[in-house]
Amino acid sequence: MGSHPVEPDAGSGAAVDFTEVQQTEQFKELRKRHRSFVFPMAVFFLLWYFAYVLLADYAHEFMATPVFGNINVGIILGLLQFVSTFAITMWYVSYANRRLDPIAANLRHELEEAAPEVFVDPSGGKK
Amino acid sequence: MSTITAGGIHVPLQTAEVTTVGSPVLNIAIFGLFVAITLVIVLRASRNNKTAADYYAAGRSFTGGQNGTAIAGDYLSAASFLGIVGAIAINGYDGFLYSIGFLVAWLVALLLVAELLRNTGKFTMADVLSFRLKQRPVRIAAAITTLAVCFFYLLAQMAGAGGLVSLLLGINDRLGQSIVITVVGVLMIMYVLIGGMKGTTWVQIIKACLLIAGAFIMTIWVLALHGFNLSTLLGAAIETSGNAAITSPGLQYGLTSITRLDFLSLALALVLGTAALPHVLMRFYTVPTAKEARRSVVWAIWLIGAFYLFTLILGYGASALIGSERILGAPGGVNSAAPLLAYELGGSILLGLISAVAFATILAVVAGLTITAAASFAHDIYASVIRKDRVDPDGEVKVARRTVVVIGLVSIAGGIGAQGQNVAFLVALAFAVAASANLPTILYSLFWKRFNTQGAIWSMYGGLGSAILLIALSPVVSGGEKSMIQGADFSVFPLSNPGIVSIPLAFFLGWLGTVLSRTTEDPMKQAEMEVRSLTGVGAEKATDH
Repeated sequence: MGSHPVEPDAGSGAAVDFTEVQQTEQFKELRKRHRSFVFPMAVFFLLWYFAYVLLADYAHEFMATPVFGNINVGIILGLLQFVSTFAITMWYVSYANRRLDPIAANLRHELEEAAPEVFVDPSGGKK
Repeated sequence: MSTITAGGIHVPLQTAEVTTVGSPVLNIAIFGLFVAITLVIVLRASRNNKTAADYYAAGRSFTGGQNGTAIAGDYLSAASFLGIVGAIAINGYDGFLYSIGFLVAWLVALLLVAELLRNTGKFTMADVLSFRLKQRPVRIAAAITTLAVCFFYLLAQMAGAGGLVSLLLGINDRLGQSIVITVVGVLMIMYVLIGGMKGTTWVQIIKACLLIAGAFIMTIWVLALHGFNLSTLLGAAIETSGNAAITSPGLQYGLTSITRLDFLSLALALVLGTAALPHVLMRFYTVPTAKEARRSVVWAIWLIGAFYLFTLILGYGASALIGSERILGAPGGVNSAAPLLAYELGGSILLGLISAVAFATILAVVAGLTITAAASFAHDIYASVIRKDRVDPDGEVKVARRTVVVIGLVSIAGGIGAQGQNVAFLVALAFAVAASANLPTILYSLFWKRFNTQGAIWSMYGGLGSAILLIALSPVVSGGEKSMIQGADFSVFPLSNPGIVSIPLAFFLGWLGTVLSRTTEDPMKQAEMEVRSLTGVGAEKATDH
């Protein structure tokens, strides 16, 4: 077990019916909001990354096209990978702060109030 | 990535004409200062190491910013620094491609893994993977893949230390290098043994600050010499190298259709491997909440992204100011680009600082890997499987500490044994194993309700086995000019990175194993995991000190 003296398994599943929580509208909404952001975003950045990799791998001449001075398409697309990574990071953080954290905190408090004996112990009765 | 290898030893040493640049004594002195300062900090940090949560997870007391910096310290290995700067200096654009894969990969961790993992686990990756599946078999499999990834990564770092020694300290004989590897290993054992995760984290934070600050100063310097104009810098690099192709892709990977496919395979392993590296995952347990885990990744992305932008400038700067001939002629070959650039810019003092940072880098990465492997053995195999949870936490930590010593000794021996070997593939293999053995099971168990034990077992062992088998049958092991085993040829698999086969295979096996299994897992457990992962209810909290 873990960080605390050996204890009988708290068996949180017995005290809290997680399947019931899973069926609540609030939880379904949280799951929907989470997945509807992270899945499309993951698909998008992977497609964009592999499009870039394939261009760098198979379209050397296109990547070598000069844009201004000695800076070519390849350098710009490469730097855009950095820009998009930073942008998605900031976008996700702002989305999570606004749309995910409030519901998650709300659900967490409700559960902790409903079954303090399960969740107050920091070891959380895993298993 | 890891061109920091035998490069330094294979390249004929022309030390007769090329006197070692800088002063080895100064390099050692600055490194000694780093060791002294970090040891004091580790000793101070160790005073609060009481429980297993303290030892493995630093009492979950680090902030997101601190942990993000430590993640950057853990992730930016000597390979990243010396290897990528050198690769850009010699091969131009193709070196840049590595850094993009290493950075974009963090979005997988940010969006899909970090927070959910923090909410459902305790100390190790296996905690999450075995949460709703059968404990014993899944835990054993996850511990085996963890140990495999850590072992390959450790060996590469330790052997890389040998190459670094010849480059920075002017020690070229085998005995001298073995002594330095032993010193590095013993120091690492001390850090991890005494400081636990807290000490390890502080070493990584200090190292990350030094590395990024050093790279930043050199970057500004290089840019100042070229009027803060990227185009001018690229022009100077083209002029020195006499090859306009260094600003566009293809010099390294564009040679044949096989090298192109190999690059694709590498790109896949890089982008999917990072979020499944056990030593990176374990860092998420050192913060008190999922929100702090998110903050850690955000910090890590900014620091790592900035650092890779610096390496782009430094690589082309080395190409422009030093030129590939002098770089390849120096002891250390490709890996000497960054140290030579430091010497060109700031003389022996800057070179000494950069060399010390490179050493500190190896120390910090090795320490992070060791504590991960030790935690996995003590927590997943010893406490959960051998003793079936009937062991008190003190006993578990005692086993973890002993494991640290064993792993330290093994990696010293392995590092000495692997000297002069082409070990670049070990890091690539670590990423490929992580991406194929760990990532499918992590994602399936977090997001696929039906996923079951058989799917996890098939995916983990299938991914691990296929990655290792394909590497064994690849040109890195036999049949090539730089192969490990000379004079034999059983390289039936043409690519040096197995990712393009083993990663899809592991995803497929996870699906197949699940649908072919007649047993279904406990739906209560699935509900519990899903609710916990998204809300953080009942997640491990920080211990008070």
